[in-house]
Amino acid sequence: MGLTLIPLCVLILSLRSIDADIWQHLLSFSLSQLISNTIFLLIGVALLSLIIAAPLAWLVTLYQFPGRRFFNWALALPLAVPAYVMAFAQQGLFEFSGALQTWLRPDTRNTSLFESIPLLLAVSLTLSLAFYPYVYLLARQAFQSMGQRAIETGQSLGLSRTQSFIRIALPMARPWLAAGVMLVLMETLAEFGAVSIFNFDTLTSAIYKAWFSLFSIETAQQLALLLVLFVLIVYSIEQYSRHRYIYAPRSSNNVRRTTLVGTQARMASLTAALILLFSFILPFIQLLYWSINSFRDSFTDEFIRALINSMALAVQAALLITIMAFLLSYARRRDPSKSSSFMTHIATLGYAVPGTVLAIGIFVPIAMLDNLLINWLPSANDTAAIFKGSLFVMLLAFLIRFLSVAYNTIDSGMKRISKNQEDSARSLGTSNKQLLYRLYAPLLKKSTFTALLLVFIEVIKEIPITLMMRPFDKETLSVRIFNFTTEGQWEQAALPAISIVLCALIPLLILSNQADKE
Amino acid sequence: MKKIILASLLSALSHNAFAESITVYSARAEQLIKPLINAYQAETGVQINLVSDKEAPLMERIKSEGTNTSADMLITVDAGNLWQATNMGILAPVRSTILNKNIPAHLRDPNNHWFGLSVRARTIFYNTNKVKPSQLSTYENLANSKWAGKLCLRTSKKVYNQSLVAMMVSEVGAAQTERVVKGWVNNLAAPVFADDTKLLEAIASGQCEVGIANTYYYGRLMQKNKLPVGIFWANQKTKGVHVNISGAGITKNAKNAAGAIKFLEWLSSERAQNLFADANMEFPANSKVKPDNNVAAWGSFKQNLINVSTAGAYQVEAVKLMDRAGYK
Repeated sequence: MGLTLIPLCVLILSLRSIDADIWQHLLSFSLSQLISNTIFLLIGVALLSLIIAAPLAWLVTLYQFPGRRFFNWALALPLAVPAYVMAFAQQGLFEFSGALQTWLRPDTRNTSLFESIPLLLAVSLTLSLAFYPYVYLLARQAFQSMGQRAIETGQSLGLSRTQSFIRIALPMARPWLAAGVMLVLMETLAEFGAVSIFNFDTLTSAIYKAWFSLFSIETAQQLALLLVLFVLIVYSIEQYSRHRYIYAPRSSNNVRRTTLVGTQARMASLTAALILLFSFILPFIQLLYWSINSFRDSFTDEFIRALINSMALAVQAALLITIMAFLLSYARRRDPSKSSSFMTHIATLGYAVPGTVLAIGIFVPIAMLDNLLINWLPSANDTAAIFKGSLFVMLLAFLIRFLSVAYNTIDSGMKRISKNQEDSARSLGTSNKQLLYRLYAPLLKKSTFTALLLVFIEVIKEIPITLMMRPFDKETLSVRIFNFTTEGQWEQAALPAISIVLCALIPLLILSNQADKE
Repeated sequence: MKKIILASLLSALSHNAFAESITVYSARAEQLIKPLINAYQAETGVQINLVSDKEAPLMERIKSEGTNTSADMLITVDAGNLWQATNMGILAPVRSTILNKNIPAHLRDPNNHWFGLSVRARTIFYNTNKVKPSQLSTYENLANSKWAGKLCLRTSKKVYNQSLVAMMVSEVGAAQTERVVKGWVNNLAAPVFADDTKLLEAIASGQCEVGIANTYYYGRLMQKNKLPVGIFWANQKTKGVHVNISGAGITKNAKNAAGAIKFLEWLSSERAQNLFADANMEFPANSKVKPDNNVAAWGSFKQNLINVSTAGAYQVEAVKLMDRAGYK
């Protein structure tokens, strides 16, 4: 897993040259505002995604109401909508009424925190609508296996179902909720497209400003380090605050759903429908409208080739990354020491680094390696690239970027396997290897499949690494989106964007079918 | 022996081209470049590989690839980045009488490291129901308090605005420029916009009355629906409209520099210039070539003849100045 540390090392190496001028400028004109913007955005997105996702997951897992089976998988759909597409569509909605817009876009001349609260809310809400499915998927997993027990325990204490949810299920699900929120936070930190559509400046905006406008990649990398530090702090606080607890509930998969009737049933359906409307249906309709408008120009041979490339790439990357994450999680299980836990976490930090900064952090060492090899090999005189632009390196780069998505998902499943289960298997004389096949693999099936799905969707959406690492002329859907959106041609970008959504639907449907069978 | 096997294995992994090929790193959107590449390939049989990304990552790539870069040519959509590429030492000077003849002096690097291929004009737009053209004159004049609450601007994070302000700094100095930028900020009718299209729509809807944008966004928008937005050529009685370029240079470690120069020369030719500029409703850099009819309909105008490389030289100063002035 040392590999994933390479880009971090590149970031750390940037500390060799510090541009005091630029730092001075950033410190006096923007940094404090950006840091406070970033912190409030993180808090806002974390809270809102929890508020949206946890009750929804509880609802679809433990209650029966009209449309439950549909909502169960459909509520994960916003994952397939790239955040910048979501932002663009949502902004269009906000702009629908001029009054709402002026309210959401406060006067720039005074940028005190108070006045940027409406904008902060709009951005937080948009990002939460895009990212809540991470929390939703993990929370659903948690409730599926222990929701029933939470209710039973609650009943024995004389609590209602809702009280059981708040006082027993939520605290019990904490590691899963935390893993989901961690993913959301890292996505938020690395997010650039969506925040720039709203013109809401965060640390990431400063990173790109330092690099693209002030021509100082070192300052950009140093700022990215600051961002990584942010993640480490959040992670440590979370770990420390629950260090006294041990989470290893026995899994019990037989959930008995309570059937809601009358107003309650209607309220449940309505709530789920409203969330789905804003997080998926409206952006989807916007995309559909644009796609139809531009269909004749966009539906070309190149588009079809890009579609095939994207699918193939995402499948390969998803398989590779999920297997690696599984092994990593297993290794951690075997060696649960504090230091190994910390190292594992470091290995998954790549997710929080803004895409382009991470991409160049991976590219530079690979270019160096290529240069070494080309100089050393006699027959390589005319070659410009050995590893650069190969599929192998591209997959490696995706591994660095998305390992944490797969790892967090699988590991949250691993945490559900109790020490008791392991011990009893061992007492029957099961070897380590058999333990892997007989105990871990079957019990982790669901989380492994979720991980596959998440990585598949992430890779198919990903832009900066794809741009930098892809072989010549290997166009993907996300590259097409990039090319059209850089020139502000949102309509032409819609067909590839909606194709991504449709591609993501396939694994989502399979996953939901699986869930229903069990 | 082992070494040879490894070498052959590795070269099988890498791309071996048999026909003549050129590799272009381009920050200009693929759909705007592809028609030119196809035309050149059809005409000459030369294979062209295209790598698209934003300017900064492309430049960093070329730098880290060093002598083994795949890039023969770098194309960007503004002069500031070409200036920075020259600064980083990744572009080689090109001596070409064809390029010098086709591309006016102010649109190319004084030391021939890069050449403008199309012109992007940034000028003033106004709501035709609320403003008469006679009320307008210069960019600087938009700082006048008579425009208080009536001006719309795009974010200062966009390089187009950085170039505009950089040019101003070079012409009238930092102190004077800062007063202008502060004036603009005071006149804002709405927070700065994320893109030019949104800004033009805001002018059309009456949210503001005047604003600054690139002409091709206006062209694109007006093609779709006729909005009450007019174009005004700024600073015609003074230095002229601020122009930037989309341009290209040959990399220092190009494997096929000769081939890439030929391609660059071809791009400056009359036939290619129309393809290059018209694809995005820009103005051809080659002054012998007429713009697209829709573009020509906006009337002729005086360009600011200051060399576009100035935008790069003053960019960092301009960015800091805009931060100080509170231009977000």
